[in-house]
Amino acid sequence: MRHILSILLENHAGALSRVAGLFSARAFNIESLTVAPTEDPTVSRMTLVTSGSDEIVEQIVKQLNKLIDVIKLIDLNDGPHIERELMLVKVLARDGGREEVKRLVDIFRGRIIDVTDTTYIVELTGASRKLDAFIEAVNGELIMEVVRTGVSGIARGTRALNVGTPTAAPRTPTKAAKSADRAARGAANPAHLL
Amino acid sequence: MRGAEIFVQALKDEGVEYLFGYPGGAVLHIYDELFKQDAVRHILVRHEQGATHAADGYARATGKPGVVLVTSGPGATNCVTGIATAYMDSIPMVVFTGQVPTHLIGNDAFQEVDAIGITRPCVKHNFLVEKVEDLAPTIRKAFYIAASGRPGPVVVDIPKDVTADSCEYYYPKNIEIRSYKPTGKGHPGQIRKAIQLIFEAKKPMVYTGGGIVLDDAAEDLKEFGHLTGFPITNTLMGLGGYPATDPQFVGMLGMHGTYEANMAMHHCDVLIAIGARFDDRVTGNLEKFCPYAKIVHVDVDPSSISKNVPVDVPIVGSAREVLREMNQLLREADFKPRDKSNPWWRQITEWSALDCLRYDRTTDVIKPQYVIEELYAVTRGDAYITSDVGQHQMWAAQYYKFDKPRRWINSGGLGTMGFGLPAALGVQLGFPDSIVCCVTGEASLVMCIQELSTALQYNLPVKIINLNNRYMGMVRQWQEFFYDRRYSHSYMDALPDFVKLAEAFGHVGMRIEHARDVQPALKEATGMKDRLVMMDFLTDQTENVYPMIASGKGHHEMHLAPGNPQPQPSDRELA
Ligand SMILES: Cc1ncc(C[n+]2csc(CCOP(=O)(O)OP(=O)(O)O)c2C)c(N)n1
Repeated sequence: MRHILSILLENHAGALSRVAGLFSARAFNIESLTVAPTEDPTVSRMTLVTSGSDEIVEQIVKQLNKLIDVIKLIDLNDGPHIERELMLVKVLARDGGREEVKRLVDIFRGRIIDVTDTTYIVELTGASRKLDAFIEAVNGELIMEVVRTGVSGIARGTRALNVGTPTAAPRTPTKAAKSADRAARGAANPAHLL
Repeated sequence: MRGAEIFVQALKDEGVEYLFGYPGGAVLHIYDELFKQDAVRHILVRHEQGATHAADGYARATGKPGVVLVTSGPGATNCVTGIATAYMDSIPMVVFTGQVPTHLIGNDAFQEVDAIGITRPCVKHNFLVEKVEDLAPTIRKAFYIAASGRPGPVVVDIPKDVTADSCEYYYPKNIEIRSYKPTGKGHPGQIRKAIQLIFEAKKPMVYTGGGIVLDDAAEDLKEFGHLTGFPITNTLMGLGGYPATDPQFVGMLGMHGTYEANMAMHHCDVLIAIGARFDDRVTGNLEKFCPYAKIVHVDVDPSSISKNVPVDVPIVGSAREVLREMNQLLREADFKPRDKSNPWWRQITEWSALDCLRYDRTTDVIKPQYVIEELYAVTRGDAYITSDVGQHQMWAAQYYKFDKPRRWINSGGLGTMGFGLPAALGVQLGFPDSIVCCVTGEASLVMCIQELSTALQYNLPVKIINLNNRYMGMVRQWQEFFYDRRYSHSYMDALPDFVKLAEAFGHVGMRIEHARDVQPALKEATGMKDRLVMMDFLTDQTENVYPMIASGKGHHEMHLAPGNPQPQPSDRELA
């Protein structure tokens, strides 16, 4: 079964490759993976879509929790949740085709965000299934390019994934260390994750 | 303070006695600081793999983390085998690798490798120290992570400029890592469920592994054994976790386990697994594993639980804590220990009567099993035994009766040939007055033979028990059984003269060719308190390790040594 895992991890160099490496080393599936820093720049949030039997997903969750850089994680499938993915599709739009694509985009509540004589770029957001359905609906010969962000997910209601009261990192009393600490936090950026 | 000084000071604050290492460009600042002090003793190995195994042996025997320092590039890559060895057996170890200066990282600089990337899959965690301010806290974190929870190796990669830069020194005593909170105590509700099963069990079996040794839980396991009266088996990694001479001990289990241990596994109705991980060499065919048992599994690592075998009562917690809680409950409930007159124990005694470790004691050809039995007798069971990998390892495990934990030191998970000799050096450093023996084979021994020099330099009087069968015996055994005796590249041709080899390295060498000489030679060698002795035993070339469970078979489908009545594999559930 398909599972969406939401993971909070340290925004450290190498954290992402620990997760990716775990999946390849243990032959677990990754359908998609997205990651970006959160409102707390020391923390990144990853949404990982995987599939497997209950036992395998249990192992995946345990193995992820074992990684030192993983702070917390939840399996969104344990409760009601919302998933969204963004897709950009470049389609050939010529003659009669132009109208047909436009109609489909309207049906799927997408937007055409770039137009040339012969092409459209369509933007579509939704659950992955909806994006799949759009691709199926469009005549395959018209599709020039598809870009998908992978899934972002969040639990509904009061269930929330956050670090909670962050445990203060043990602080060295020296000035140098304090400023270094600040510098480190400032330096946190997505590229850093790789 | 300069980074290099911080490094050395941090090791002192961490209480590090020995640093196993090998110098090179990237770590020269550190080596210069090491030169100026003698609180941390540096042990110069002859190959970085040796450093990791020596540190690993030290850690296994003493319980303290092993510490390694090597240079960048080839220094780091030479450590990978040793790091993976420690990782597979959950051994606490901190490996410091030098790295090219930060501004050169990623430039294919001289002696640059991505040590973090290369070691990532075989460490508990690793760190690249990006600036000198991070050095001391990172070292503290590395030791904390290596030694807590399920232990394991941690690599700290230190660029050369970090060791030259300066900052104020502060070594944090306690460290808090928000993403790392190892569990200690088990869940009380789960523990009560386990106790319930203990009460209900008619055919109980206790199966324990390296977790007992690592967590210093042997005393608690002994008490658990005596409170319950249950039969107990140990994995290869768990030997010594329960006294082998205790009447409730039924021997090792698994591929080369005893008949009684494996049969009891197959037929038990309640299995209590503690600090063991259901490794494939232990379980045999999973489809046939413990078909009648309800399983309780205690492990500090949740990912070990239900990984290979689904369990009925999972308990996440340290082996020692959970055993103490269970012992307490058993005492409170006044549990009557099972005595040997009940039908289950009578059945086990019947299986034991088969004497599956029997071998021919009448010949004057040296039987490898005989050497181990004599070694056990001569050292009164009180030696530290390291081993390499192969038949000799299995014989040492089967015939040396370990009554104490941390005495049996071998690479169980990775199965690393070359481990035994350097590991023995680490053990001897930890226990300078004890007898430390390395049981090895002629193929394994030469894999790290260069460490004989280290032994001389630091005067480490290890006794090497080379069971020399002129074959990669374990490979030959499989080829005999499964490849129609086509001994493809498993004969050790062009072997060195091990006596002269020992002498060339400045040690004592002995060759023993007859069974009658085995005991006197062992006495003589162990009597040489301050010399390393290489004992080259020319053993029976084609002896095989029995019992054996071939792959795909269950615990009840063992092969016994030829000449034994082969028991009919019986799969019916015992009454
Ligand atoms: C580094 C390494 N390479 C290969 C192997 C595969 N292997 C396992 S046992 C063995 C033979 C060991 O021979 P020896 O050391 O003479 O011991 P014996 O089995 O004869 O007692 C080999 C090659 C291994 N375990 N480790």
